[in-house]
Amino acid sequence: MIFKEKTFTLFSLIMLIFYINNLAAEDIARYEVTGNSIIKPLNDLTGKPERGQELFRDQNKGNCLACHRLSTLNDSFQGNIGPLLDNVTLRLTEAQIRLRIADMKQVNPYSIMPGFYRSPERINRISPLYEGSTILTAQEVEDIVSYLVSLNLKSSGEYK
Amino acid sequence: MKPFNLSLFQFLLLFIVCLLLISSPLKAELISGYDFLSNQAKEMQNDDFQNPGYAMIEQGLTTYNRKGENDKLCSQCHGENGDKFIPESIAQFPKFHKILKRPVTLRDQIQLCWGKRLDNFPLLYDDTDLLALETMIRNKAYGEEVNVNISGNMQPYYDAGKKFYLTRFGQMDMNCAQCHDIYTGKMLRGQKLSQGHTNGFPLFRLESQKMVNLPQRLRECFRSLRAETFAQDSDEFRNLEIYLNARGNGLKIETPAIRY
Ligand code: HEC
Repeated sequence: MIFKEKTFTLFSLIMLIFYINNLAAEDIARYEVTGNSIIKPLNDLTGKPERGQELFRDQNKGNCLACHRLSTLNDSFQGNIGPLLDNVTLRLTEAQIRLRIADMKQVNPYSIMPGFYRSPERINRISPLYEGSTILTAQEVEDIVSYLVSLNLKSSGEYK
Repeated sequence: MKPFNLSLFQFLLLFIVCLLLISSPLKAELISGYDFLSNQAKEMQNDDFQNPGYAMIEQGLTTYNRKGENDKLCSQCHGENGDKFIPESIAQFPKFHKILKRPVTLRDQIQLCWGKRLDNFPLLYDDTDLLALETMIRNKAYGEEVNVNISGNMQPYYDAGKKFYLTRFGQMDMNCAQCHDIYTGKMLRGQKLSQGHTNGFPLFRLESQKMVNLPQRLRECFRSLRAETFAQDSDEFRNLEIYLNARGNGLKIETPAIRY
């Protein structure tokens, strides 16, 4: 029967799309919070600082410049809701920075800073478009962490 | 104990210090979104020809003069071109409806008249006719101070609105107060955060180049928070409108305003 065959093909196609979709959606890494830091890199990934800089500026990704300034970047519109991040590694360790980016609310429950890797279960009324996802992936968090750390090594002492 | 002996100078100094203490940081001053506009945008708001809101008012007047299904007209109660609307009364919305026993916004009230008095099919909350009527009617109270009653029957709705205002939403996980109370005046990218008042609605948004009413604007906020939104006529948004309008009690109505 032709009809049945067609239905079957359609059904398999839909299932295939579902399967691919699931492959694409990354499992959200569990991480351990020690004191006020995450010591181990998320999913044991290594960050790429150059990619981190792009993500830091990208309005649809980190969008960190919405609230922060970085004097080594010459983007014209930088926010001043959060602190200047030039010398952040003089104040915080890499592990402390990691927790602050992943989920600032575990440091300051009243913070305005979004938890870029906050578990979706802890989010109130997430839009269906973003259901089950975090703002950044584990790799992207690591990229930004490595960017902030590298930046400070390069510019220490010489920034305005 | 010896009585204090203050010189006139000392007395004046003390007086001024007390005045300063009473005023600024302890009691936040209400600032209209108008004050956050560039001079060019301010000019646009004040010029009837440049301000797109006035075309919306014209459209509102056309709708106002259209006969209802029962051949009645808005003007039979509210006068030619709405001349009988009372500014003080318009500035009190949302207010408690004695028969329905719940608060109604100006939009709800227009819907009630539209359906009950003109016997028309109800308007969708997204309908431009509704937006146009609201703009035209609220403009009748231009310059009038917002004056929402929040005691008695209105109290629980106001409280619910305030609670909503302090609730964090969406993947960005923020609440209204963080931007519009705590960090007001700070820069979010190139945008100075305003106090988020409602005295200009419905208004023309420069960012989207569109006229919007308050619920439509709230939905845009929810989109930027990456949050699941609420219906325009939901109780949640109605309560929030009560809180927001009352929070700006005393500000002058600027409809149709220009905002970013
Ligand atoms: C909505 C505003 C906002 C955004 C967006 C934001 N932050 Fe923050 N951030 C803050 C605020 C405010 C603080 C200060 C601490 C607090 O109030 O919780 C802060 C603190 C920090 C700190 C700690 C600095 C210190 O000296 O203690 C780091 C690191 C940081 N942010 C990194 C980032 C990065 C990286 C991004 C982008 C992925 C980002 N922030 C996006 C508002 C923001």
